[in-house]
Amino acid sequence: MIEVKSLSRHYGHLKAVDDLSFTVEPGQVLGFLGPNGAGKSTTMKMLTGFLAPTAGSARVNGHDVVTDSLAARRCMGYLPEGAPSYGEMTVLDFLLFVARARGIPAREVHTACERVVDRLNLAGVRHQVIDTLSKGFRRRVGLAQAIIHDPAVLILDEPTDGLDPNQKHEVRKLIAEMASDKIIVISTHILEEVQALCNRVMIISQGRQLADDTPAGLIARSRYHNAVTLVADDVRRIASVLSEFPEVARAEVKEGELTVFPAGVGLFDAVSRSVAEHGWAVSELRYEAGRLDEVFRMITQGESA
Amino acid sequence: MEAVTTILRRELAGYFATPVAYVFIVIYLVMNGVFTFYLGGFFERGLADLEPFFRFHPWLYLFLVPAISMRLWAEERRAGTIELLLTLPVTTGQAVLGKFLAAWLFLGLALLLTVPIWVTVNYLGDPDNGVILAAYAGSWLMAGGMLAIGSCMSAVTRSQVIAFILAVAACFVFLLSGLPMVMNVFSGWAPQFLLDGIASMSFLSHFSDISRGVIDLRDLVYFVLVAGFWLLANVIVLELRKAD
Repeated sequence: MIEVKSLSRHYGHLKAVDDLSFTVEPGQVLGFLGPNGAGKSTTMKMLTGFLAPTAGSARVNGHDVVTDSLAARRCMGYLPEGAPSYGEMTVLDFLLFVARARGIPAREVHTACERVVDRLNLAGVRHQVIDTLSKGFRRRVGLAQAIIHDPAVLILDEPTDGLDPNQKHEVRKLIAEMASDKIIVISTHILEEVQALCNRVMIISQGRQLADDTPAGLIARSRYHNAVTLVADDVRRIASVLSEFPEVARAEVKEGELTVFPAGVGLFDAVSRSVAEHGWAVSELRYEAGRLDEVFRMITQGESA
Repeated sequence: MEAVTTILRRELAGYFATPVAYVFIVIYLVMNGVFTFYLGGFFERGLADLEPFFRFHPWLYLFLVPAISMRLWAEERRAGTIELLLTLPVTTGQAVLGKFLAAWLFLGLALLLTVPIWVTVNYLGDPDNGVILAAYAGSWLMAGGMLAIGSCMSAVTRSQVIAFILAVAACFVFLLSGLPMVMNVFSGWAPQFLLDGIASMSFLSHFSDISRGVIDLRDLVYFVLVAGFWLLANVIVLELRKAD
């Protein structure tokens, strides 16, 4: 369990993290979402004991990250931003080093390494020097060192940044597999990742917590939530008909697309029924769950799309 | 202690995984040979001792030890691995000590590879091997003192070039304190006890004592204290500015 109480970190006058409080329970995958420079990395650096907080406290599995730092670090695995590793070492040597430094007993060190090598499909490159590996492999090496001691808490700073779509998919699959019994905190500025991975999202901007919700809860804040969009040749005429409906609060035409916003619920049936009745030539008709990018902009910049 | 050994092993292997170790050892041995036989006049003196060999060690170390120490922490900062290293369950002190000991052992290995010159002098004459052994120990201790200074300077910056220059400058001051060049800066305004204190800080005088075969506990304590002081400063520098 992670308990964070009014955690702050100032650099001179700049408040990188400003009075952050939250708790995370096992089984939760918490996503820190925020623009660049929002304080996501700084928060993670404080959780992992790399940076000392200016004020406030954080406890990981009951261990304070400042006063009981080593014990707190022992139950955490950490992937720093950019997945740094010792480039002149081979993959296996590097993992052996981390395993030993993590205090894994000498006779279990090799099995622990082989386990993560298998898990991250590193078998083919285990004797290769890290500097010669592609970015995707290096990221996997970084993840491997983070989970080598099977930690209860995983802190991953932008785990899929700079990977190609296939690699992203792999890393996400891996994180999802581990999610059931661990606490996982990831930071990202990729919105789709939050929907794919997290069951809880915190939006952070300028060091402040602006939202703490489930991805579905956040999407429901979108004004597009439960709206219906259709594409047709004559959207303006359709708009004037549909806006007479009692279920429709408003109809908007944008770039040849008509979006009707609900006054209550159950808009989709009404719209599709009238499309059939009137025989409109509609080329596309879709239900909107909500738009996370719009919610993100609304929350971080205070504007609505 | 286990954490220190783990870091030490990784660091030591790191020297040999890159050309650093081989380039350093070759240059070190060649320069030692040049200094001993040409500048030191090893043969011309007609004496069976290694004084011309050890005499140049302070000057050799002045440039070669910072070349080893400059990457200790500056490289960790540049590559971002400092964040990895210092979030492992090891204390900053253990990390500093592990890195220092690895570099010191490496310098010891380079020094050990000069054994042929000891064989040579024993073949040619009948030297006092006790004095030679003491001088070897003194040389290694002095290298350790300079290494600790260099390690601390390396923690200040992410640039290896800056780390190198700072280390050479600091080692130079420590080497020459006691000589007029440094003392003139202080004499005239500093009180006598401070002048004595600065003069007694000199690497040169302590090293020359040991290399003459006089192993005084004070000289040993001096080098251990210097190394300890700078390593402590190293830990404090890292604790204060980990992130930048």
